[in-house]
Amino acid sequence: MTVGATTFKQLHLQGVRREFDAFTALKGLDLTIERGEFIALLGPSGCGKTTALNCIAGLLPVSGGRIMLDDRRVDVLRPEERGFGMVFQNYALFPHMTVRKNIGFGLRMRGVPKPELEKRVDAALAAVRLESQAEKLPGQLSGGQQQRVAIARAIVVEPPLVLMDEPLSNLDAKLRLEMRQEIRRIHQSLGSTTIYVTHDQEEALSLADRIVVLRDGAIRQVGTPAELYALPAHLDVADFMGFRNRVNGELVGMEGEDALLNIEGTVIRGRMRAASAGKAAVAAIRPDDLEPTGTDSGIPVRVEAVEYRGRGFHGVGVTASGTELHFASPYPLQRGAAVRLGADAGRVLVFGDAR
Amino acid sequence: MSAVLEGRAEGPTLRQRLAARGIDGATLLVLPCVALILGLFIYPFLYGLMLSFEPKDGSLFGNYARFFSDPFLYGTIFKTLRLAFPVTLLNLLIAIPIAFRVRLMRRQRLLTTLLVLPITLGTVLVAEGMLFYFGPQGWFNRALMAVGLLSTPISVLNGYWGVFISLVLTGFPFTFLLTLSYVTGIDPSLENAAATLGAGPAARFREVFLPLLIPGLAITFCLSFVQAYSVLPSAVLVGDPAGATRVISIAAYQAAFEEYDYSMASAIAMIMGAVQLLVVVAVLGCRSLFYRGPAAGAKG
Repeated sequence: MTVGATTFKQLHLQGVRREFDAFTALKGLDLTIERGEFIALLGPSGCGKTTALNCIAGLLPVSGGRIMLDDRRVDVLRPEERGFGMVFQNYALFPHMTVRKNIGFGLRMRGVPKPELEKRVDAALAAVRLESQAEKLPGQLSGGQQQRVAIARAIVVEPPLVLMDEPLSNLDAKLRLEMRQEIRRIHQSLGSTTIYVTHDQEEALSLADRIVVLRDGAIRQVGTPAELYALPAHLDVADFMGFRNRVNGELVGMEGEDALLNIEGTVIRGRMRAASAGKAAVAAIRPDDLEPTGTDSGIPVRVEAVEYRGRGFHGVGVTASGTELHFASPYPLQRGAAVRLGADAGRVLVFGDAR
Repeated sequence: MSAVLEGRAEGPTLRQRLAARGIDGATLLVLPCVALILGLFIYPFLYGLMLSFEPKDGSLFGNYARFFSDPFLYGTIFKTLRLAFPVTLLNLLIAIPIAFRVRLMRRQRLLTTLLVLPITLGTVLVAEGMLFYFGPQGWFNRALMAVGLLSTPISVLNGYWGVFISLVLTGFPFTFLLTLSYVTGIDPSLENAAATLGAGPAARFREVFLPLLIPGLAITFCLSFVQAYSVLPSAVLVGDPAGATRVISIAAYQAAFEEYDYSMASAIAMIMGAVQLLVVVAVLGCRSLFYRGPAAGAKG
């Protein structure tokens, strides 16, 4: 069996397309991944992220484009010839094999001699802290333990590339947090190149070196978590990054780098992110960055609801024209009260309507 | 109701205690079924069993002694096994690869319908069809003669192979549909996982599919075998009912309706049941050596 090289410098996706009958799931993906990187493919369901992963793994043939490991073409290889490790959303553990046999499967298929196989399986069991469960069947394990077996099974063969398909989506919130740290820890200790598919922006932000935001089968933006979090390039990326408030306004001018946006008669400052053909533009602001000003500047709203959030209050206000604004307040507010809301210019992103 | 509650101030009511054991009003719905099983299966079975111990010669085991001392009678056990075993095995071996192909098809329903047809037609109609098809003037012989493979018609019928073919035709759809349901019950992501771990098609079948299929295949084998073992119409119509295909049900039929010895017929039926049970128990016994849990990726 020919199994892909265990080392490479770069993985290239070159115009990778995938069509299902009339539906195009991937519209030509171009991406270069460096060795050792942790890449998150982030996007809403149906954006093509799992399709992309399956194409890289070889479980789906590509309809066009190429996948290259350095200068070796891999998209023409069968999955068993690529030698990539994959962690499935439902774990896909072999139910009739013990944890030890599950983890050793890949090594056995590669013809690794028994003593070495046992040694490496023991090391993998230790890496995911499952030494005591080695002789159990997957059905006897909890969801989190099964997940760790799936990870161990994928990494024990030391694959050049580890692919993870929403591995945490079947776990409860607490376990998800623990496993997230576990995945990060394993990645840092092994340095394996990882492509991680998720729809959870928090997961992507905390795990990835770089995030690739997909939408409708195309790449929207690629960047480090910090870049994406602070400066999303598109309104829908901003939406994904927690910019819950989107307010329509009219561009009235520029002042240095700041755009001046007239929102229902109030002019606010923001960072211009995408040019506008006309004057119409949208301001995107995170609820945590929008606060009552306490002065007579800011967007006037009537308070609709206030929730206690531990460190402060979360308010919902309605502008004169009926737009809902979510904001943070350090002090409680009465329902029906009139307040004015403002945010730092650096925290307001202005997107032109030309998309 | 409140009176009951007051009368038993502590502890759950009788109804609650029954419900905790899974007995409630809906449990009564099993009664018609129980009556049917008692009336149509248990009672006739016990009646036949008793009858088999009351032979014409008056001794308790007279029928069984006669059966096992007469090669014309006990020979039927092996004649039937010689048919049922290879037929069932062949059906299973053909069904598995086809099921693996069909599992990936989108329009399974048409195929399923086509396959169910022979079951609904029954063995007699299939045997009739075979009589014409394999007959001296049938397509089979004519086609072989036309291409020059044969100079004179050969007789496939009236012997072992006639019954064999008939059993394959009528048994295959049943075997196939059962096999298909087991094959499609295996989570496809298991195959994907095995592939990404470096297992080629043969290894995936050997390491993942086969171990998960064995319990289902054992059940399929048992059901198909029992069906083939109780063959009667085709053994008479397209076989050699006096010789090579004198199957055990023919012996029972002759005892009952030619000799009018119902006691002997019952004894033969009991022996037939015992042989089937023996094979089923043996196969299911082997099954317990394998993994028998769910064939999906456990809880997801």
